Amino acid sequence: MKDWRWAFVGFLYFALALRIGAVELGRGQQTERISGSAGDVLEDDPVGRLKVFVYELPSKYNKKILQKDPRCLIHMFAAEIFMHRFLLSSPVRTLNPEEADWFYTPVYTTCDLTPNGLPLPFKSPRMMRSAIQLISSNWPYWNRTEGGDHFFIVPHDFGACFHYQEEKAIERGILHLLQRATLVQTFGQKNHVCLKDGSITIPPYAPPQKMQAHLIPPDTPRSIFVYFRGLFYDVGNDPEGGYYARGARASVWENFKDNPLFDISTEHPTTYYEDMQRAIFCLCPLGWAPWSPRLVEAVIFGCIPVIIADDIVLPFADAIPWEEIGVYVDEKDVPKLDNILTSIPPEVILRKQRLLANPSMKQAMLFPQPAQPGDAFHQILNGLARKLPHNKNVHLKSGEKILNWTAGPVGDLKPW
Amino acid sequence: MKLSALQQGYINRRSNSFRGAPPLDASVDGGAKSPAAVFWLVLHGFCCLISLVLGFRFSRLVFFLLFSTNLYSTSQQRTTTDLSDALTLQNKMSSSSSPNPQLPPNRTRVVVGRHGILIRPWPHPDPAEVMKAHRIIERVQREQRLQYGVKNPRTMIAITPTYVRTFQTLHLTGVMHSLMNVPYDLVWIVVEAGGTTNETASLLAKSGLQVIHIGIEEKMPISWENRHRIEARMRLQALRVVREEKLDGIVMFADDSNMHSMELFDEIQKVKWIGAVSVGILAHLSDSDKELSVVQKEDVENSPMPVQGPACNSSDKLVGWHTFNSLPYQGKSANYIGDRAVVLPRKLEWAGFVLNSRLVWKEAEVKPGWVKDLDIVVGEGEDIETPLSLLKDPSVVEPLGSCGRKVLLWWLRVEARADSKFPARLVIGSHSYYVSTVASYSEDMLLKLIHITYDIYKVTNDVI
Repeated sequence: MKDWRWAFVGFLYFALALRIGAVELGRGQQTERISGSAGDVLEDDPVGRLKVFVYELPSKYNKKILQKDPRCLIHMFAAEIFMHRFLLSSPVRTLNPEEADWFYTPVYTTCDLTPNGLPLPFKSPRMMRSAIQLISSNWPYWNRTEGGDHFFIVPHDFGACFHYQEEKAIERGILHLLQRATLVQTFGQKNHVCLKDGSITIPPYAPPQKMQAHLIPPDTPRSIFVYFRGLFYDVGNDPEGGYYARGARASVWENFKDNPLFDISTEHPTTYYEDMQRAIFCLCPLGWAPWSPRLVEAVIFGCIPVIIADDIVLPFADAIPWEEIGVYVDEKDVPKLDNILTSIPPEVILRKQRLLANPSMKQAMLFPQPAQPGDAFHQILNGLARKLPHNKNVHLKSGEKILNWTAGPVGDLKPW
Repeated sequence: MKLSALQQGYINRRSNSFRGAPPLDASVDGGAKSPAAVFWLVLHGFCCLISLVLGFRFSRLVFFLLFSTNLYSTSQQRTTTDLSDALTLQNKMSSSSSPNPQLPPNRTRVVVGRHGILIRPWPHPDPAEVMKAHRIIERVQREQRLQYGVKNPRTMIAITPTYVRTFQTLHLTGVMHSLMNVPYDLVWIVVEAGGTTNETASLLAKSGLQVIHIGIEEKMPISWENRHRIEARMRLQALRVVREEKLDGIVMFADDSNMHSMELFDEIQKVKWIGAVSVGILAHLSDSDKELSVVQKEDVENSPMPVQGPACNSSDKLVGWHTFNSLPYQGKSANYIGDRAVVLPRKLEWAGFVLNSRLVWKEAEVKPGWVKDLDIVVGEGEDIETPLSLLKDPSVVEPLGSCGRKVLLWWLRVEARADSKFPARLVIGSHSYYVSTVASYSEDMLLKLIHITYDIYKVTNDVI
């Protein structure tokens, strides 16, 4: 008898809670909660779940490089610099390395820029190697795990393979000394040499203030069906097509250049951000590397990303269910792109827009200064926290050595 | 932007790697004429010919077959043959039989190297897809309106006085299309001078809107003075219909020759009781070189388009009215319909006002205290010039359109000569004399229309 009463009370309470939730959803903007394969983790707070120790490297590894070329703060690889700054003043930082779960080495490997602003990766392996030699000789923590509880931020094209050309990057492979460490990188492609198991994929850096400055009122009707601005043929390096983007961008152009639904061109309009907010779908095809800042821009401006890159691993793939938010199109299906997009039921499209409108989704793609809860910095820390506690074999038995310090191309062994 | 920098940088950095150089393509220096050089030259030319015939550079294929030094088979492998299913490949493909079809399990199935550019057989838009896409766009925009637009939109009640004349079809079609595009519920009250006619009725039936078509017996007079008066009376008649039918919504006055922007209808939804919008006046001077002195002409043409509407102070409160200044046109305005001179509006036009329909209802409870009853006002025998006469206190008017700064509709009066013979429906063939009558309307009438369209274009680009 008593159980029935409790059950009834419980049922009433449950119904009330549900009703409140429903009302909340109806009020204001309609959004939906986002939960990926790791659960509803976008809004987790990493403070208290992990401790990070930041090595004090001499400034030639970080500050001096930045002073030499301050353009590193605005290009799309700037995440490594901002992450360093964030960790220095974050509550997860600990000054006592004995209690740290993770160790961070602040070395800016992507800051050697050409006059045009693109990073040259030729010295990066030596720089990284030199930094690791430093930390392994000055602190005991590297040697006791050979880097198993260390993480590095390598935002370059192919991550820790340190080359911009895919064939060469595959040839080099991931830097041998980093094979036990956790890598935080923008590159992600399944079954690729340059993506290690257990890496954390992050979005490329996009300047948050610049994007916020171009917001238009949300009641502006979305009248462009598909939007894209960028190259289709990289005329300087691959004029015939076929290499650049594995021919996918050229295919998009050849099939849809006269289609009124597709607003695609190679122009650089000043209203690029505003136009994205007036479009329903934004194409994010691969280029020389599969990732691009277009994904971040599409998410911020509420345009559904159409991802044309086979086997790509998108940022924070365990926290964000990208299949529900974006549209994946195989490269071989590009000629049927219009058919694919128009056959998506309108309810699905509206649901994707609701997911994109979720502010925690937008926040997770940004690197704001100063850091805000739920932003990409916190997502990285959440990802690191989810990897805790460390595996048993992270700590090596005494005398055990796994890394071969002379492995890799001969040029890498030169001191930096 | 990043893209161009990226491209240029990659040009600089990558130019060596892809331009290189199987010895077949290596250029032979001009001077050396040794047999080896000649041999390479001939071989090079021969290979070029073969490439021309085949349609692709086969040098990499040769190298793959001859010198497969690279341990990494993926980097040299060509595209798999599944590309050819149901798709035609244009001449950019380099095919090869892939000698190693079975990839080791942890290698990527995505190959590095040259791929074909896939083009479907008919790379042009498919009309069925285009229609589906438009339906999706419509649905998305409807959802946007639901979320960010006006919540609980009220019915619009549009009041249009009209009468049968040459340009009726022209003007009425314009208003009809504007009203058909309004995303809210709409009731259109069309008042016709001279009684309801079948011509007007058949025109209105094409709209698919809910129309109340009423008529008054008096015919539209010739002089503009009287026409303005009769129009006011027609509008009052329509307000009586609103009162009797107890139509609930927002009343706006859509004169048949005016031009309305779609933003007007969104803005009107904000009115509480009575609101005013800014009206752009397109009073155009034709034959201006003959009738005005140079100084006066410059005056009028250089001044911006005259705008009638509410005037606000810096804290967005209504302080007065911008009215039409008819001084420059003194003595030169049109007196009768079809007069070639410019037609001037009244001080304040009806079209600039919107009312909550409850203001004209009989019951006193639903109305605020400052509005006079319609029957009392009109019963006094005088016509009212503007809806302001219905108010005891004109300061309650709400200025709309960011306090009158945005011009949301344009006023214009263009009419053909009152005695022009016009066919209700142009029939080609048997009534050719009608065609010639139409053609006789003068190119100055057409010129006037062209001038006016140009003015509208100019002002809309300045104002919006």
